[in-house]
Amino acid sequence: MTDSTVTDESEEEPKVRLTRAAADSRLRQILLSAAAPLGAFVFSLIASAIVLIAAGSNPIEAAKDMLDHASKLEVQVSMINRATPLYISGVAAAIGFKMNLFNIGVEGQYRMAAIFAAFVGGAVALPSVLHIALILITAMVVGGLWGGLAGVLYTHRGVNEVIGTIMLNGVALGVIAWLVRRWQAEGNIVQVGVGTEPIDESGLLPNLNFIPELFGDLRANEELTGMLVIAIVVGVVYYLLLNRTVFGYDLRASGLNPLAARAGGVPPRKMALAAMLMSGAVGGLVGMAEIFDKTRYDPNFVGFLGFNGIAVALLGRNNPAGIAVGALLWAFLDATSDILQVTQTAPKEIIDIMRGVILLTVVIGYEVVRRVRERTESARTAARLAEATS
Amino acid sequence: MRKLLLLLSIFLSFTLIAASCGDDDSADVSTDTGADDSDDMAEENGDGDMAEEDDGMAEEDDGMAEEDDDMAEEDDGMAEEDAPVHVGLVFDIGGEGDQSFNDSAAAGLARAEETFNITTSKVSPNDDGSNRAELLQLQADSSEIVLAVGFLFEGDAAAVGGANGDTNFAVIDSSMLDFGQDPPAPYSDNIAGLVFSEEQGSFLVGAAAALSTETGTVGFIGGVCCFGLIEKFEAGFRAGALHVNPDIEIISNYITEFPDFDGFNAPDRGRETALAIFEAGADVIYHAAGGTGAGLFAAAKEHSESTGSKVWGIGVDSDQYHTVDEDVREYVLSSMLKRVDVAIFEIIKAHLEGTFAPGETRYDLSVDGVGYSTAGDFMSADIIAQLEDLKAQIIDGTIVVPTDPTEVGA
Repeated sequence: MTDSTVTDESEEEPKVRLTRAAADSRLRQILLSAAAPLGAFVFSLIASAIVLIAAGSNPIEAAKDMLDHASKLEVQVSMINRATPLYISGVAAAIGFKMNLFNIGVEGQYRMAAIFAAFVGGAVALPSVLHIALILITAMVVGGLWGGLAGVLYTHRGVNEVIGTIMLNGVALGVIAWLVRRWQAEGNIVQVGVGTEPIDESGLLPNLNFIPELFGDLRANEELTGMLVIAIVVGVVYYLLLNRTVFGYDLRASGLNPLAARAGGVPPRKMALAAMLMSGAVGGLVGMAEIFDKTRYDPNFVGFLGFNGIAVALLGRNNPAGIAVGALLWAFLDATSDILQVTQTAPKEIIDIMRGVILLTVVIGYEVVRRVRERTESARTAARLAEATS
Repeated sequence: MRKLLLLLSIFLSFTLIAASCGDDDSADVSTDTGADDSDDMAEENGDGDMAEEDDGMAEEDDGMAEEDDDMAEEDDGMAEEDAPVHVGLVFDIGGEGDQSFNDSAAAGLARAEETFNITTSKVSPNDDGSNRAELLQLQADSSEIVLAVGFLFEGDAAAVGGANGDTNFAVIDSSMLDFGQDPPAPYSDNIAGLVFSEEQGSFLVGAAAALSTETGTVGFIGGVCCFGLIEKFEAGFRAGALHVNPDIEIISNYITEFPDFDGFNAPDRGRETALAIFEAGADVIYHAAGGTGAGLFAAAKEHSESTGSKVWGIGVDSDQYHTVDEDVREYVLSSMLKRVDVAIFEIIKAHLEGTFAPGETRYDLSVDGVGYSTAGDFMSADIIAQLEDLKAQIIDGTIVVPTDPTEVGA
């Protein structure tokens, strides 16, 4: 991963001298970058088709069912609702990746953040904007602290961040189990499925139903999550922070080459801690769509969003737009796997196979693209060098 | 690069897990081709499906009005000749093949399919359960009645049920009463909750344990503590054991705590816990831990063979004498039966007859919704006679079984 970004940087040089050639190489670069995920998608389609045929199902029927299903408005809304937390989770993982830190702890961070946010939100009564802001800030602070804990362990005690975060995931589950019983809402305890005190109407982020309602009617229980706006803000801030600020430059530099960055005056410890804090703070927002939807932390609280976010970040190469594509693709596969079960055209496990194949081929694809790019780069540089010397 | 490898290995292991989970389900699909075919028929025949739905509604109205039983029956007959009623079922996480809860529901559905003129479709949620609402909605789109297996469906079933007034919904293990209202009322007229008096069945196996023990110590293993369901099993078991022998010692242990539901599917941890309780002197252990129970029976065999004195496990939900591996069968003293199959069958029947009732329907000893099994003949006629006597006393109200284990010494 590191090497490929280095070539990105060196690509900038010839631009100064030959603008046309630069435009050419830009285009080629974009095509090359797109080639890996597109190729992976096509390859995974072929692989899934083969598996389906081997299992005695009709892949064309299955694809038709999936696309038919995805063409329905409520399914598209559900897709975006699924993609939103995945996207935030992907960005959280990407912040760590940029610093060359593998934050596998988004899982624990967002769960901790969600239960604290739900508890605080349920305990206070405030004017709407303040209430919502308090809930979101609580989530970010708790997520950030939980991520920061792994960060401190890494920077000050040398605990590998993978080990630190994965262990803190386990600790988080235990703490939540303990908290949930103390924060259990009053009422019928024997009634299973109760959670924290529900958040008042004033604390719930408004939904975005007016957007899908432009295209058709939604059922009473369906809504487009307001967290979509927050997710977009997160994506934009991530992009600006990384590419338009000194801090972002330092972060990327430390990630690419900590020694060089240190020599350049960037304190690696501080950057690692900052990255973990930010990764955790963004990760804290992952579960909020669910909390606003359910108004409480309950036993149904959805897990694995942190782990899936890692996959999404990997698919999107830590690029804010790429992560969005990855999240939507994951959500599409999720949403359409439901219909396969109902129509029984194909076992739903085919979706897991598709995901695995996409992920593997994308990783391989990027590596192939990197090598192709390196080779053409060196060939062109050699040619230009020969031109200049002759 | 090393991180990339680590990442890859993690995802490969995820894929492996997914693939291993997948086996069961794909097996389901293949063994279920009969249902598949009829499903496809119904789907191809889209118009017929619609018409049938109308019939179903009319029939239900008749039934509700109870204008004339004969009339209603005639309608029934008509409807059956027209087109079958479609029933959609959504399993709890894990799906079919758990030898316990979900399989019991599947058995009830299969029996209904043999008995009535219905078609069925069965689906399972993702491992993270994130698509429960979507699956309920999809089933509601094509079914007259949607059955959800497990209390985790409560919130989603209330929401989806509220938005699909034409479809009946039934949720296992949740009363589907809105406790926000006073008195608690059904969420909606089309939503039923099917609950079981697990404490009554557990009382009887608790008594069976106390009557069978030679050491005077019995054990309980719960899957997941602290969310209000498994405590009912423990309370009943304790009460039953103490009723027979007030001096009995009861060792109780839970595998995990809510919201970590791994405890329902951790046979390895079940085995270790069971071995520890056997070591501590117990010779009968009752489990209410789903798939974890397999570990209890393995431990019973292991402990019996290593010490030479026989110890027992008591199963839960299904008659586990018939579901466990054959080599541990002789250690299944009894099972607390929770007749999810009966509840599923009965609610489908009620729907077809137009007697679907919203809100809570309770399955207790009086309707054989819970009970104990005597498969294997490990309990003497004398013990069974005593259990039957206790059962009669519970049914007539002489014995009231507690649902909170702290009332009985926990």
